Amino acid sequence: MSIKSNPKIVLVGNPNSGKSSLFNQLTGLNQKVGNFPGVTVDRKVGHCQLDEHARAEIIDLPGLYSLYPKSADEEIVIQSLLDPEHQDYPDVAVVVVDVSNLKRNLLLFTQVRDLGFPTVLALNMVDVATKGGLEVDLEVIKQSFGIQMVPINARTGKGIDDLKHLLGNPLMKECEPFYDMSTSADQVIEAVQNGHHFCNRYRAFQFAMHVDRIPSFQGDTRHKIIDAKYEHQFNEKALQTEDTLGRYKKIGEVIDHALHRRETTTVDWTKRLDSVLTHKVWGYAIFLGVLFLIFQGIFAWASWPMDLIDGVFGATASLLSGLLPSGMLSDLVTEGIIPGLGGILIFIPQIALLFAFIALLEESGYMSRVVFLMDKLMRPFGLNGKSVVPLISGWACAVPAIMAARNIENKRERLITIFVTPFMSCSARLPVYTILIGLVIPETYFLGIFGAQGLVMLGLYTLGVVAALGSAWFLKGRVKDKTRNFLIMEMPTYKWPRWRNVGMTILEKVKAFVLEAGRVILAISIVLWVLATYGPAEDMARAQTEWESQYADQPAISETPEAQAQLASLKLEQSYAGHLGKAIEPTISPLGYDWKIGIALLTSFAAREVFVGSLATLYSVGDSEDELGIRDRLRNEVVPETGEPRYTLALGLSLMVFYAFAMQCMSTLAVTYRETKSIFWPLAQLFFMTGIAYVSALVVYQLLV
Amino acid sequence: MQDQPKNVAQLAKGESGVIAGFSDDELALKLMEMGCLPGETITINFRAPLGDPISVHVLDYNLSIRVREAATIILEP
Ligand SMILES: Nc1nc2c(ncn2[C@@H]2O[C@H](COP(=O)(O)OP(=O)(O)O)[C@@H](O)[C@H]2O)c(=O)[nH]1
Repeated sequence: MSIKSNPKIVLVGNPNSGKSSLFNQLTGLNQKVGNFPGVTVDRKVGHCQLDEHARAEIIDLPGLYSLYPKSADEEIVIQSLLDPEHQDYPDVAVVVVDVSNLKRNLLLFTQVRDLGFPTVLALNMVDVATKGGLEVDLEVIKQSFGIQMVPINARTGKGIDDLKHLLGNPLMKECEPFYDMSTSADQVIEAVQNGHHFCNRYRAFQFAMHVDRIPSFQGDTRHKIIDAKYEHQFNEKALQTEDTLGRYKKIGEVIDHALHRRETTTVDWTKRLDSVLTHKVWGYAIFLGVLFLIFQGIFAWASWPMDLIDGVFGATASLLSGLLPSGMLSDLVTEGIIPGLGGILIFIPQIALLFAFIALLEESGYMSRVVFLMDKLMRPFGLNGKSVVPLISGWACAVPAIMAARNIENKRERLITIFVTPFMSCSARLPVYTILIGLVIPETYFLGIFGAQGLVMLGLYTLGVVAALGSAWFLKGRVKDKTRNFLIMEMPTYKWPRWRNVGMTILEKVKAFVLEAGRVILAISIVLWVLATYGPAEDMARAQTEWESQYADQPAISETPEAQAQLASLKLEQSYAGHLGKAIEPTISPLGYDWKIGIALLTSFAAREVFVGSLATLYSVGDSEDELGIRDRLRNEVVPETGEPRYTLALGLSLMVFYAFAMQCMSTLAVTYRETKSIFWPLAQLFFMTGIAYVSALVVYQLLV
Repeated sequence: MQDQPKNVAQLAKGESGVIAGFSDDELALKLMEMGCLPGETITINFRAPLGDPISVHVLDYNLSIRVREAATIILEP
């Protein structure tokens, strides 16, 4: 039998067994990205050339401990393994097991194997096991399970070629199950087998177990199975327990033969590190230190590459406006596209750094200690220690953060986490804060070290955390769920992070950001430029005549930059964008905003980071004389009635508070909808958050003005 | 209290016991999947600074469980 030339191969395994490392080893840079706006992150897909004939599609599924899912994460795996219509239904399953914890890892392996896929066992972390004094007899494993297997080191890449070789050749498929259920489920299994044509009893059993989870299972077959389950008293809990215990018993027998222990005198680094990192004083101090380091990274270290990008784009725009023949196209490029692009690319350093930190925390094993430290503190808010991971990731971006809430087993805790995560100040708010702080907060220092600007920034982040926890507390008694909440979580050993894996994560996130979010931002910049350049014909003409009549007797002056700028701003006011902004002005003027800010706010609902780009576009329209930085341009903006600067402390703070709280991100709403499967939650987020934002901004402005 | 079987929450730091069974059916399956099997030895590594959750050692690895969950794991006398 020859194999398909492009088989679908799924990687299955316990969390922390080294699956992502193996995925990176197999696919290298041939990964498809797509976990940003609107695209599912359910799957990480890549390609791997097995040999000269076969190119496999590799799919990395979320980690899980057994075929009985407890969390939304794990459900995904069940669906792709059981539903033949599922896009990720595999031709081959590679089960990755951590040899240093063989017994627990083998439970899932035997279950997947008995489903009847051609299965390969990838024995990972042999080096760790050896260090810990565990010796595995490969031959015994191979004989006992009747499968092909290969020892690998997903970290160094050892054994990967053997694995590829194995996958490139026909695999043996074992029909004999490793463990067979007792007779108590026989009638139901037969009922499933009658409706379908599989020979495999275990698969039929799992079908019956998960009949409600498999979408392609509809109509008659589904009803028959449900009826059979009812008629023959298919007790799910009892059968799951029987399956688990029965398998563990047989696995235990295999392990007794296959695993040899010897005493070692190696230092247990995990134990030593834990005594510091979970210490009652040092533990929290170090956690705070880590958070501080993250801040330091995004504010201090990221600023120089950002300035560089900013400078390059400013220079390019002026260079091009000099080179291109003046006209509409040139304006579109220099006033619409280039500032828009600059507004996207400037985020890259911060996004890269944030995801680098999060990847490091995950890779090293420290993140689970954070969960351990924080669980008790989070519980009064209706959250779980595991909520800390989405909340911290929320500093980078709420979209992946909300998806990270999938591994919270309890429905209520998960919903609350999803709901409050967007309050965490994501990296898209950062440029808004940066520009406003630079504009209205003086560069003074207290006691020589605490800069006022830094303190305000810290304050805004704190505001986000307080809002998140406060809302969680508010929701705690209001969201109903009867299922038990618990925290039963593996504490992996500490590992030195692999830079390659961290690098891949950064690359993946930045690529996704530039491609997906960037597209939205760029499109909006262009639309906005068009709206700000054109308007109803008679209004635009009126602006022109009004301006001309002012200079009718002194045409020479009309050529000065001031006069030209006046024309531009008159025209902008009459443009479509101007009309739109004017329409919402009454609603936002109590907060201190004018119609220009109104336009920027409206466009921000597509994505917050559009704010700066929008302002850049709005203020640079018609201003081709000098390419001032966006900040200087805002600083020069005055209130027409009074001649006072527009961007005062009151306005700046009001805007900052508004951005800190408001729900202004379509992608987040979309992901909340997808994760909660209900229109209620995204709408609640939109109104709740924006309502709080409006009221707080109002209070801030009215108090300060 | 004397006849009541001991559970994992009552163990002190560094103490071990052998798992006999579970007092909560809902959690039992999850705990067993994670390696807390009847007959296995379970040891308390340390408690979180605020007393809860606790880190235990079972089946060659470390597991974090809340005190409330630990109390459902019954030990052999
Ligand atoms: N020593 C050693 N470490 C490994 C091996 N495979 C993976 N790791 C490390 O184990 C940790 C968890 O791996 P990861 O791929 O993130 O696991 P996943 O949660 O299953 O995706 C990472 O720090 C890896 O670098 C291995 O064979 N040996």
